[in-house]
Amino acid sequence: MNFAIIVFPGSNCDHDCYHIIEHVLGRPATFVWHKEKDLSGYDVVILPGGFSYGDYLRTGSIARFSPIMKAVEDFAHKGGLVLGICNGFQILLEAGLLPGAMLRNRSLKFICNDVRLRVDNINTPFTVNYFENQVVRMPIAHAEGNYYADKDTLMRIQKNNQIVFRYAGDDGNISDKVNPNGSVNNIAGICNEKGNVLGMMPHPERCGEDVLGGTDGYILFESLVYYVEKIER
Amino acid sequence: MLSKDVIERHGLNEEEYQRINKILGREPNIVELGIFSVMWSEHCSYKSSRIHLKRFPTTGKRVLQGPGENAGAIDIGDGLAAVFKMESHNHPSFIEPYQGAATGVGGILRDIFTMGARPVALLDSLRFGDIKVPHNRYLLSGVVSGIAGYGNCIGIPTVGGEIYFDEIYNKNNLVNVFALGIVKKDNIFRGAAKGIGNPVIYVGSKTGRDGIHGATMASDVFDEGSEAKRPTVQVGDPFTEKLLLEACLEVMGQGLIVGIQDMGAAGLTSSSSEMAGRGGTGIDIHVDRVPAREKGMTPYEFMLSESQERMLIVTQAGKEDEVLNIFKKWDLDAVVIGEVTDSKRMRVFDKGVIVADIPVDALTEEAPLYERPISPPPYLDILHDLDIDNLPIPQDLNKVLLTLLSSPTIASKEWVYRQYDHMVRTDTVVLPGSDSAIIRIKGTNKAIAMTTDCNSRYCFSDPYTGGAIAVAEAARNIVCGGGEPAALTDCLNFGNPERPEIMWQFQQAIDGIAAVCKRFNIPVISGNVSFYNETNDISIYPTPVIGMAGIIDDISKRMTQDFKDEGDVIILLGRNMEEIGLSEYLKEIHYKIRGVPPQLDLELEKKVQDLCLYGIREGLIKSAHDTSEGGLAVAIAECCISKGGRENIGAKIDMDDDMRSDILLFGETQSRIVITVEQDRIADIEMQARDMDVPCRVIGRVGGESLIIRHNSSVLINTPVPELEEVWRRAIPKYIGEEGS
Repeated sequence: MNFAIIVFPGSNCDHDCYHIIEHVLGRPATFVWHKEKDLSGYDVVILPGGFSYGDYLRTGSIARFSPIMKAVEDFAHKGGLVLGICNGFQILLEAGLLPGAMLRNRSLKFICNDVRLRVDNINTPFTVNYFENQVVRMPIAHAEGNYYADKDTLMRIQKNNQIVFRYAGDDGNISDKVNPNGSVNNIAGICNEKGNVLGMMPHPERCGEDVLGGTDGYILFESLVYYVEKIER
Repeated sequence: MLSKDVIERHGLNEEEYQRINKILGREPNIVELGIFSVMWSEHCSYKSSRIHLKRFPTTGKRVLQGPGENAGAIDIGDGLAAVFKMESHNHPSFIEPYQGAATGVGGILRDIFTMGARPVALLDSLRFGDIKVPHNRYLLSGVVSGIAGYGNCIGIPTVGGEIYFDEIYNKNNLVNVFALGIVKKDNIFRGAAKGIGNPVIYVGSKTGRDGIHGATMASDVFDEGSEAKRPTVQVGDPFTEKLLLEACLEVMGQGLIVGIQDMGAAGLTSSSSEMAGRGGTGIDIHVDRVPAREKGMTPYEFMLSESQERMLIVTQAGKEDEVLNIFKKWDLDAVVIGEVTDSKRMRVFDKGVIVADIPVDALTEEAPLYERPISPPPYLDILHDLDIDNLPIPQDLNKVLLTLLSSPTIASKEWVYRQYDHMVRTDTVVLPGSDSAIIRIKGTNKAIAMTTDCNSRYCFSDPYTGGAIAVAEAARNIVCGGGEPAALTDCLNFGNPERPEIMWQFQQAIDGIAAVCKRFNIPVISGNVSFYNETNDISIYPTPVIGMAGIIDDISKRMTQDFKDEGDVIILLGRNMEEIGLSEYLKEIHYKIRGVPPQLDLELEKKVQDLCLYGIREGLIKSAHDTSEGGLAVAIAECCISKGGRENIGAKIDMDDDMRSDILLFGETQSRIVITVEQDRIADIEMQARDMDVPCRVIGRVGGESLIIRHNSSVLINTPVPELEEVWRRAIPKYIGEEGS
């Protein structure tokens, strides 16, 4: 199976995604420059973290006009798997591939540390290898991760089971105390209605090896391999 | 004819002006005066420091590049080199903390990737005034946001550093940024303009009117009006720098570079003249071809602007289009603005008309050199006089420990490093908060340990010993991480060099640093001097910060400071001595800054470090932490509470030393490391210690929920670990007024 990693000007987790896919997961990954227009031949497209266009104006708001985004939209509409991590999630929101919007963290500060997440939906290609309600540990690193959606949208995504990851305590309890950025309903990651597009603020590519102190993120990539190589085919 | 006033405002004295006249054989015009003023500024010329810096050892078996280039480089094996350097951005960060610190990060990163290396880690050594003063908190917040804003955006992790708070920095905070990059050792690039007729290409951001005379500003003392100098501070654009980084590495990968240098202080002037100087050539620059941010800029402004994110590249004649195309891909400006000549002169043209014509050597090699007068300061006798017999031993030593743990210099810096992306690049294998930061080198089994260190209070009282301790402690921190110290870079922050007592401090500190470097075989491969850190005649403490890198050959043998398991045995390497001068304890509890720093026995220090490294490599040691500010009690408390998210753990300590209990707990005697081993490995480590002639003894055991320290059978400390952690972790947020975060 083939992974594409989109490189926007200012992407900076592109190499980290490449590393975990090529060297840890052992699957081929290709960097795709944002000025390109073709995504045929790929099974998964990753929009990596970083500061595309310096996050100037608003996170993701300029990158969503990059030439490659038309191809990403087509790819997603045909059911292709799209994963947006951190800045990639912000770009997917700006592009309208996922509902809602991103606000600044309520502390108004950049936050980098490990958080606990509860996996609320294991019926997506990204999460099939997690257990139901499994509590996992992943790092976050962002200044704008305060996810917001209006009431109707929130109701809809809840009803459709689109909330995939929520910030949680060690015991899996969801409370404001364990919410690092103020996101509505402790949301850390959501998918689209069909479940083939996932956006998440935490960085699974940063916790895929023992040497980095945790491997909970590896399970997400492993899920994708399982889904594409075992279920889809 | 230039007026006396104009000459003075350029920071040149009469003698220097006469020298310019002699070199040119005529009076300079205003463009030439501007060029001389920045190149002969202390910041660019090192005119007061150069003769002293020669005393540093700069060679060694690993050294691939010593001082004199954009950064130093060492061989780390596997065909790779580590390129690193530290630089100050003190003056701009006081005037405008966010941009000052941000551009400090940007500048040092350019120094690294100019050498062809991909930057992989940043550390910051910061000094602020009293945290209780609101303006100092504003500076702290601004500097931290600036470092975060730039480093996070460009995607280089900020993995460590240090922060001290002291009133002496109230009007002169220090921002020293360390950066390290990795490159194949055969692909190191250098900043020489070679090959007559080769084109000179300008790349990166457009040139604006910002930062004009930044180098001159950084070469002057502050007074009440200093904040009016804000327009001399540049504005950073990390996004453009990210593009510049990727584009430069791509151009280098294609073999298109003859020489390359970043435009830092003194912008186009220093980059072009220094490149010609290193190449033994001349250079012609056409300022009318330089991409400009605004209309109507003069040659003077083009040559002196310190706009950020710009580089100068010399390529081979005929290859310019290939270079320009790569920068075009990254949407960056790239223009041929001149060529390398054999004239040995720097000539500047504006629309074909020559506007400056100066011999290159006059700006670089032959810049003024001063052997400034030196004399010890008059205050030393009073400062050294400390009568400990009249120093009461506090009743409640638990309270003393809690007070020290909450002093901002010792307290947890989590509030700071949480704002830095310290994990991007997925190489950070020891997170901030341990003795040294450790990153892995992908594709090898290696890791690099890094640290920055300097106790400036020691340097104030005895700059020789203080400088020596800075190097010894840095090496100790590297060793505690499991690394073998390889090389260092320095950032020498001092007051006004025109004052003999400041030059005395400088000379002493250099000698102290050099002595340890020689004994430990740790060469100085790069560095930076920042003078004039004083305001209204009050100088900072001499602050020679050491940035050190060490190599861990087997990444599985990296070490952290936190106690690991119940029942592990706590061992002290080194010996306790009755030393208390200039300690954090003396300052925070007795409000005294008095005495002499702890003595440094180089032979003992070396042996302690060698034993610790041996124990880590042999797998005997489970945790290692050096004792520094706050002494043994603080060091042991930190081992209990710095587990980074996991459960804390207590310890029971028992010592029978014949000395004052407060000094035993809080004295800052050097050459001590607290380690833990499993019960059945005690004999192994003790036997090795005997063989290596290192003082080594069991002082306690890990376990329980409290830290208990007994001295001659009486309990001095008995505090629940969560209480220790609470004050230590909450102290800085409390000062900032963000207790909830």
